[in-house]
Amino acid sequence: MNTDIAIDARNVGKIYGSGAGAVTALGDVSISIKKGEFFTLLGPSGCGKTTLLRCIAGFETPTKGSIHLSGTDITYDPPYQRPVNTVFQSYALFPHLTVAQNVGFGLKMRGAAAADVAQAVDRVLALVKLEDFANRLPQQLSGGQQQRVALARALAPEPQVLLLDEPLSALDLKLRKEMQSELKRLQAETGITFIFVTHDQEEALTMSDRIGVMSAGALLQVGTPHDIYDRPTTRFVADFIGETNFLEGSVEDHQVRIGTGDLLAVPLEGETGPVTLAIRPEQVSVTSAQADMSGKITDATYMGTDTHYTIELKDGSPLVARIQSKSTATFDVGDTVGVAIDARAVQVLKS
Amino acid sequence: MSRPETGRKAPRSKGVDGWLLSAPALILLIVAASGPLLIVAIYSVLEKGDYSGVRWILSGEGWFRVLFERDIFDQTISLADANLSIFWRSIKLSIATTIITFGFGLPTAWFIATRPARSRAFWLFLITVPFWTNLLIRTFAIMEVIRNQGILNTFLTHFGLISEPIQILYTDTAVLIGMTYVYLPLMVLPLYAAIDRFDFRLIEAGYDLYASRWQVLRGVILPIIKPGIVAGSILVFIPSLGAYVTPRVLGGGKNMMIGNFIELQFGQGQNWPLGAALSTLLLLVVLVSLIVYTRVSSKDNTNG
Repeated sequence: MNTDIAIDARNVGKIYGSGAGAVTALGDVSISIKKGEFFTLLGPSGCGKTTLLRCIAGFETPTKGSIHLSGTDITYDPPYQRPVNTVFQSYALFPHLTVAQNVGFGLKMRGAAAADVAQAVDRVLALVKLEDFANRLPQQLSGGQQQRVALARALAPEPQVLLLDEPLSALDLKLRKEMQSELKRLQAETGITFIFVTHDQEEALTMSDRIGVMSAGALLQVGTPHDIYDRPTTRFVADFIGETNFLEGSVEDHQVRIGTGDLLAVPLEGETGPVTLAIRPEQVSVTSAQADMSGKITDATYMGTDTHYTIELKDGSPLVARIQSKSTATFDVGDTVGVAIDARAVQVLKS
Repeated sequence: MSRPETGRKAPRSKGVDGWLLSAPALILLIVAASGPLLIVAIYSVLEKGDYSGVRWILSGEGWFRVLFERDIFDQTISLADANLSIFWRSIKLSIATTIITFGFGLPTAWFIATRPARSRAFWLFLITVPFWTNLLIRTFAIMEVIRNQGILNTFLTHFGLISEPIQILYTDTAVLIGMTYVYLPLMVLPLYAAIDRFDFRLIEAGYDLYASRWQVLRGVILPIIKPGIVAGSILVFIPSLGAYVTPRVLGGGKNMMIGNFIELQFGQGQNWPLGAALSTLLLLVVLVSLIVYTRVSSKDNTNG
């Protein structure tokens, strides 16, 4: 048994209902999350990421597979017996209790002495910078402050794993950015394993040590933000994380011939037959001179630091290029341009 | 004919207009509620008439007779045990009714509030069905269930669970059963309203923070739905204390409650001042218990 593993989910599946009306929320997910890791489950709504989180918290019982916490099987333990706490999307603060009573709730329920509870509450409130609000009721706080209380309440019992269910989705952009770095800081200071659920790919990329991308109840790819962004293994991941151009082609002579008839020297690992090329917009460059390929600009969108050009290639397939706005040459809709693709950075997906 | 100016002016003379607008309601309250109460209070300090009614002579006899009785022969004064035991029984039965209706009402209200929104209206409708029939009829129906040859005893004897019918009718138990049945909806409806507003995600939050089922109920659910519990208890306790029909039919003549005792003074007893004094006392008991109850229940909010 590897002692560095905090959460080990093995072949976890969850089916709601039975017979013809059964809905599969989780297919067959296996995942190992290391101690002290900031792990993000990323995917669109309905992909099963929240179901997996709820199985770890104990609110749902998987219909198959098992979940282990530091080597102990907790699959069927009720939530109140798991050293795992949750920060809820809705915060779910107790409206009849003060901030201090909310934060102390978990310790009090575990039977800690009043003095120890008070001490822990002070310490955790200081950690989230809410010392001055201890005696307020939740409804007297702003959304951002309530978020911090929810965080403090889940951290106070010092859980082995902290689960965060889209905790930042209700905050405005500026506050969200603040809380993102705040969460990173808290995770570093406490050393607790964080499992963070989000549908926001940017949030996932900036905060996580590792990301698990989910879709339709399946875990598609697990890796560092770099892995996920630079080396997506499926079309879904390439599409969901950042923007991607997809070009269909087929392997010929260790190169890929795309629809325009051009050959691209992309890195191949033994693929044959039809493949899909995933090309990030920043890997496409546009020149007024002659280049590998040519195309016509059909759309130009100025985005501040960048300009996005949509180019129609010879065979009619669109290709988006992101060019830094400070670059000298600018193009207009209708211009015929030379297009070059940084072939080494192209990701080859099996069709 | 557009007169937007007057419409805009209205708020300025709100003070006078407000009083004028509420005048019908105020008059109705004074005439129909405070007026009769005042008459009752005045009658309680008058001398009793020869057969019924009052003589307009100031007298403390009515109030005196609430607590004490005079021996007819030697005029010795002793505590009116019978009156006190009736008061005590009424309070006891009303508290018991409140507790039992809460015991049944909480799961019922919880059940309704956790149904899908579409079927809730149906369940609430079922709760209000008993109100369609006259209280007296429903009370006789209860009688039919619990009397010695009634449904319950026949059923139990038939299956050999008992050999002799259980005497329920004309006991305090019968009164309690009747009042619980009659006042249950008054407990269920405010509880439902409170549970309906309850955020069920808080239960998961409680479990997540190491609270057992019992701790979640005590520490999260009950404190949050407390306004509903307070409202339901008041709605059940007050009419229970003044109940008349149920103890009259199910308690027989023996097991009187205050309501029946008061009626007796205005009827056979022909002692209107005593009846009026008892009524006033009932009002005061209700008022005091309301004040105490709301004080106590708002106090334990702070040490959650």
